[in-house]
Amino acid sequence: MELILALAIGVLVGSGVWLMLRPRSYQVIVGLCLLAYGVNLFIFAMGRLYVGAAPIMPKGGFVDPTAYADPLPQALVLTAIVISFATTALFLVLMIASRGVTGTDHVDGKERHS
Amino acid sequence: MINTGVAPDHMMIAPILIPIVAGAIMLFYNDRNRQTKLIMGLVAVGLTFLASIELVSDVKSATEQGGTVVGLYRLGDWPVPIGIVLVLDRLSAMMVMLTALLAAPSLIYAAAGWHGKGQHYHSMFQFLLAGVNGSFLTGDLFNLFVFFEVMLAASYGLMLHGSGPERIKAGLHYLAVNLAASLFFLIGVALVYGTTGTLTMADIGRALYWLDDAERVLFHAAAGLLGLAFLIKAASWPLCFWLPPTYAAASPPAAAIMAIMTKVGIYVILRLSLLVLGPDAGPSAGFGAPVLMIGGVLTMGFGMIGILGTPELVRKGGYLAIISSGTVLTAIGFAQAGGGSLMLGGALYYMVGSTAAISAFFLIAEPVSRNDEGDDDAPVEDDGFDPLSERWAPMGLGTVEDTTAPASQRTVSWLTMSICFSLVAAMIAGLPPMPGFIGKLAILRGAIQDNLSTAGYLPMELWVYAAMLILSGLGALIALMRFGIRRFWAEEGPAPRILALEVVPVVLLLGMIALQTVRADALLGYTRDTARALLEPGVYRKAVLAGAQDVRAAPVSSLAPDPAPAPDEAPEAEAAAPETRPQPEPAPAAEMASPETQVNP
Repeated sequence: MELILALAIGVLVGSGVWLMLRPRSYQVIVGLCLLAYGVNLFIFAMGRLYVGAAPIMPKGGFVDPTAYADPLPQALVLTAIVISFATTALFLVLMIASRGVTGTDHVDGKERHS
Repeated sequence: MINTGVAPDHMMIAPILIPIVAGAIMLFYNDRNRQTKLIMGLVAVGLTFLASIELVSDVKSATEQGGTVVGLYRLGDWPVPIGIVLVLDRLSAMMVMLTALLAAPSLIYAAAGWHGKGQHYHSMFQFLLAGVNGSFLTGDLFNLFVFFEVMLAASYGLMLHGSGPERIKAGLHYLAVNLAASLFFLIGVALVYGTTGTLTMADIGRALYWLDDAERVLFHAAAGLLGLAFLIKAASWPLCFWLPPTYAAASPPAAAIMAIMTKVGIYVILRLSLLVLGPDAGPSAGFGAPVLMIGGVLTMGFGMIGILGTPELVRKGGYLAIISSGTVLTAIGFAQAGGGSLMLGGALYYMVGSTAAISAFFLIAEPVSRNDEGDDDAPVEDDGFDPLSERWAPMGLGTVEDTTAPASQRTVSWLTMSICFSLVAAMIAGLPPMPGFIGKLAILRGAIQDNLSTAGYLPMELWVYAAMLILSGLGALIALMRFGIRRFWAEEGPAPRILALEVVPVVLLLGMIALQTVRADALLGYTRDTARALLEPGVYRKAVLAGAQDVRAAPVSSLAPDPAPAPDEAPEAEAAAPETRPQPEPAPAAEMASPETQVNP
């Protein structure tokens, strides 16, 4: 499981970085999304990996905390997803505006060779 | 309960709540009621300012009485390493006050017409203030991320306010850079949590002590990633290319308040590097200090070259912000590497003054560049001068001038602006009566005193820093003087119309700067005490973690991280066992169970 997750994060982040460095704004936004996915998975992994463990303990009494998944990274991921979703949406709006204003989808607003 | 701190409990959260509530209420009003919103915004800023005065005086009086210098506010009253805390110390109180002081002139300036150029200017402004104040006050790393994002989200809106191709182009870059930086921030936060098992800043320093070598390497990676994210925000050299175009494209009042945003990055670096990686951090002591020192000096050099090279006045403002960042960052690096508190105190004093000056500069830059065609008949050497008025025209600048002032006021306001310009230039260059000079002198004098008393000689880096400090001031002086002579002295013809509403905020900011000169001794004393407190992270840590014994009841030495799958929970399970207090059980449960079980087992 560790290997699969590590590979998944690596592939997501690697392709995200590559896409983010591309000149087309559409590639950049897809790259940012992939990066955000990779980072979210990474936060998740930092709470250690559990299989079939609930993150929420039953009410009252002492329970063995090792039998439960760490809830904190899950809360962090939730916040991070919301924030990255919102900023990506804003980026999309800006991207479309830029396309409309400049007439090109190059991130600099003009083609390099023209 | 155990550590109530010095501040009256609920006053601490006021600088966050007031702007959020004010910004939210404004949303109920039609956006055309701009005067109402303006008044509400000014009232909110005034209240925040009063709250910050209260906080600063509390922090000051507590120190004079020899009490703890740190105030604590537990949100939801959760015990400390588990819940989110707001922490007030001298540094955060000072920064909150500075924010409020910069906000008022920017708002007044916006009333000259800029707030009508788009939607919801005033709400976004308040949300920005809430995010900035939250970043200054929070004591929790993830909460810092959230406030950072609140601030950034509002700044995207403010930066794009008024729209136009120039802003959209610069905004796209600004947004992409900051989204990438936020992702670095998140990776760093996750790594910190993975290695230390905590996100409370004070607790990280404690947990750091017990890391083994492998975990320490991971933690250093985390510190590096966090540093990267904050250095992007603070505009350190290789990461600062986004700043000049962004600030130049933003509307002047937005740029003026965004001047505090680079200081948020600096604040976090200052806080974390001294609290977590300071001289008492064992094997991690001084991690990243060389980067700050070398990067800071290079940043100053880059800013100097930039300000000399760029013909546009607004862009010069961006480079001024970069120089100011570099100056403070280098001083932080020296302090982290074991330099004394005197130098850091000087740097903090310099930071307050230079932030106000940069804010004023952005407010001045736009009006005095109006109608500036570069005067082709009298070319000095700026032949390729970008006609700024053309650049601004598509952004609807013309309508600002439509609301005419009386003709007689024109020359007076122009004259006032030019005097203000020269004063701000003198301040930034560091000429004697201004705080820029006092700050730089305090930095150098502090550095010499600290080093001569401990090492007996001045290290090489310090000579380089001193040279850059003076050279960057000289560069700024030359660049601004060239512009000033061409624009104010040599140019003939009608002066552009400048509204009184645009002059007043600049004069206010200059009054602030003047006050900083008159009361230099008091402020310098405050910043020096602040630096001394920052260099004793143990006090901060103890004050924040005093209540932590509720949860981690075992002696600190048993808190070594456990290689078990969940190192954040395992120590508490161990800690609960030797606990002699009546509530051993809820300790691990408190982290995730409902509040009732926590309060009463």
